[in-house]
Amino acid sequence: MKRLIAILAQAATIAVVSAGAAHADRGSDGHLNILYWQAVSILNPFLSGGNKDVHGASLVIEPLASYDEAGNIVPALAAEIPTPANGGVAKDLKSITWKIKPDLKWSDGTPFTAHDVVFTAQYCMHPDGGCQQAAKFTDVEKVEAVDDLTVKVTFSVTKPFPYGPFVGSESPIIQKAQFQGCLGPKAPECTEQNFHPIGTGPFAVTEFRANDVVSLKANPQYRDPAKPAFATVTLKGGGDAASAARAVLETGEFDYAWSLLVEPEILEQMVAAGRGTLATAFGPSVEYIEVNLSDPSPAKGALRSTREGGPHPFLTDPAVRRALSMAIDRQAIVEVGYGPAGKPTCNLLSAPEIYASTANDWCLKQDIDGANRLLDEAGWVRGSDGVRAKDGVRLSLLYQTATNSVRQGTQALVKDMWSQIGMETELRNVDAAVFFGGDPGSPDTAHKFYADVQMYTNNFPGTDPERYLSYWHCDEIPTPANNWLGNNMQRFCSDEYDALVAEMAQTADLAARAETAKRMNDVLVGQGIIIPLVHRGSMSAHSLTLEGVRMNAWDSELWNAADWTRRK
Amino acid sequence: MSEATEAYPAAAADPAKAERGQRSLWGDVWRQFRRHRGGMAGAILFLAIVLAVFVGPSLHDVDSQALNVREKNQGVSLLHPMGTDNLGRDMLARILAGGRISLAVGVTAMLLSLFVGSVVGVLAGFVRWLEGPLLRLTDLFLALPLLPLLLVTIMLFRDTLRAMLGPETGIFLLIVFVIGITSWMQTARVVRGAVLSVKEQDFVLAARAIGTRERRIVTRHILPNVLSPIMVSATLGIATAIITESALSFLGLGFPSDFPTWGRLLYDGVNYVQINPSRVIWPGLAISLTVLSINYVGDALRDALDPRLRGR
Repeated sequence: MKRLIAILAQAATIAVVSAGAAHADRGSDGHLNILYWQAVSILNPFLSGGNKDVHGASLVIEPLASYDEAGNIVPALAAEIPTPANGGVAKDLKSITWKIKPDLKWSDGTPFTAHDVVFTAQYCMHPDGGCQQAAKFTDVEKVEAVDDLTVKVTFSVTKPFPYGPFVGSESPIIQKAQFQGCLGPKAPECTEQNFHPIGTGPFAVTEFRANDVVSLKANPQYRDPAKPAFATVTLKGGGDAASAARAVLETGEFDYAWSLLVEPEILEQMVAAGRGTLATAFGPSVEYIEVNLSDPSPAKGALRSTREGGPHPFLTDPAVRRALSMAIDRQAIVEVGYGPAGKPTCNLLSAPEIYASTANDWCLKQDIDGANRLLDEAGWVRGSDGVRAKDGVRLSLLYQTATNSVRQGTQALVKDMWSQIGMETELRNVDAAVFFGGDPGSPDTAHKFYADVQMYTNNFPGTDPERYLSYWHCDEIPTPANNWLGNNMQRFCSDEYDALVAEMAQTADLAARAETAKRMNDVLVGQGIIIPLVHRGSMSAHSLTLEGVRMNAWDSELWNAADWTRRK
Repeated sequence: MSEATEAYPAAAADPAKAERGQRSLWGDVWRQFRRHRGGMAGAILFLAIVLAVFVGPSLHDVDSQALNVREKNQGVSLLHPMGTDNLGRDMLARILAGGRISLAVGVTAMLLSLFVGSVVGVLAGFVRWLEGPLLRLTDLFLALPLLPLLLVTIMLFRDTLRAMLGPETGIFLLIVFVIGITSWMQTARVVRGAVLSVKEQDFVLAARAIGTRERRIVTRHILPNVLSPIMVSATLGIATAIITESALSFLGLGFPSDFPTWGRLLYDGVNYVQINPSRVIWPGLAISLTVLSINYVGDALRDALDPRLRGR
């Protein structure tokens, strides 16, 4: 016992001495604990669309420029933001030239050059690479290194918003030397590279356990010698939103917890414990219900939930989809589940302001009678059990979402509302890690969509919705052939919409782009492919001792982790 | 073998009682059972819970699914004797509805596991050439990690059963089946041990000597004498089944979220324990009381069924 005390005392002395010596320097604030209740599964955003993975990777690898909390583009690895005014963007809007900060080094000590940037473009644009961020590189003709510190991106068309490639945490720069053996089909096989990417960011990976924990240490080569203030970081995954909130707000085990979809009354009471605070930012996140236009019946076997398997028996009827939306009381959903972190919405694009359409505002008011009338007119007649049917097809839905008490509450409310218009609803909830995991082997993923409707939150990085809106292009439909990758869960395919996607890519003027975006939003929402429910603020919790958090809804929430410090 | 009493040494060894006339095994058991206070209290409580759960909804006529957002998180009131949850659903109605499902799952899964466990245990103890293979099978099941097995089974068969029998019946059968089929091993081992010790006793040899068939030896002589370990496993089995079901519901693989069971009510309430403690207390109490009362009944039954204890 005595010996143990002696050792402890010794350890404490060493700790005190070393902390004192390193004061106001890199690593002087000790350890930072971050809790992402959806665990990080890969640190390569090019191979994963999940926010958790993108955020985790943003501690390690950086883009040329990021978005700040107001949605402005700010330089990260770039020396400045190229604009038409400073000559960085060509007059014909067909190329953009990035100047890189001088003397940047990767965490392994080798110099960071324009060739790494060029390589990153090759990596993501490889046709067989399955790059999840390929749309960031839409219309990119070539990416070339003018010199070691200058990169020129040339587009095949006029690009009014040329800040797709290399901007935002979803399009970071990876090291050529590390990844050059991982091009194309070999990309997912490079486990070592994908789990331990070498980066320029404030932290470097020391240990990676997929779907569990990432251990990081301060990057010795980080460009600002005084940063980051934290010497080590643990990015832990697992649990659920409520326990994550509790770990920060009540028990103080963690310093930061992400995405707290927890009932408002519970959060309120946790904050009262006085250990932490909530940070909210309204970005583009919208909780919506999406309908399956393909037939999810198990009888279809391998063709289940594919276009080849045939259309959905009743969700292909626009009247049914419209009635589903009309019957929902969005205000009640916000009150019960979201409180200050949500607003009722009728748009897929609820922010930024210029893209928010007003054409669908009819949905803000619940209209049970109108929905019933609509279904009556469409020939859906109530049976003896109160459920509507037509030609032997009953309006009976399987409604799935991720496991979360707020979502289950919303499910119960929506089921109740839909029962008032003669819809029968069966609820299912799937563990979030499985639902969003995208594992092609699991039948319960959002991508496979083995249900009639499903609900979750979606958003887009940055402020430009072009890429986001292209999710609903025919080519984005997840199928067995593309390993169920793709974002068009609804299996929506319309020439009109695809034409709008093409038009968007060629529209230069911001006002005209906003117009096109609104039209696309109105197609998706007006036709009831997407039933928006709540415009969600991202809500995270951080300890009162953690300073420097600037809650960002436009980029990774950990975007400025280099500036975070511990209050003394 | 015409008279049951002759088969039971304890009863036969007590000539004083024999004077009171013809008595059956179950009459003796009942007499003994009634003397066990805890057992009687448990039995009354369990019957009360069963009665409440099945008759209660007709007295407390509130729909367990009805939402009323304006009345959320309410405390005890005349209209809502156990308060309401965060969606304004009546807690009493939900506990009664949940009890029906939880009890049905618990009892049915227990019966299934008891049946499988007893058959395997008796065969392993009584039939020599089956002993090795059956015990290895038991070991195999014991070594299997249960939760992953449950998850895989449910994932594989959920949709098929749902399509065949509807969401409620299909999932009920599936859950009962997976719980039953993965919890019989302890029973089998205990029963085999008891059978091994009973089958060497003199009354079994005597029965065999007078030419009783093997099947009859098992049903008339072995089974009644190993009833006590079986009963104990049964009581523990109900508790395990109720808890396993709630674990599955929590993982999203059990019943749908709007289908209340005690386990799910408990899990849903955990986050509200400070705001509305009744959301945790009532379902927790219901599970505890059920399990406790069944345990007491099992205890009393064991005493009553054991011929060596009976009559003391």
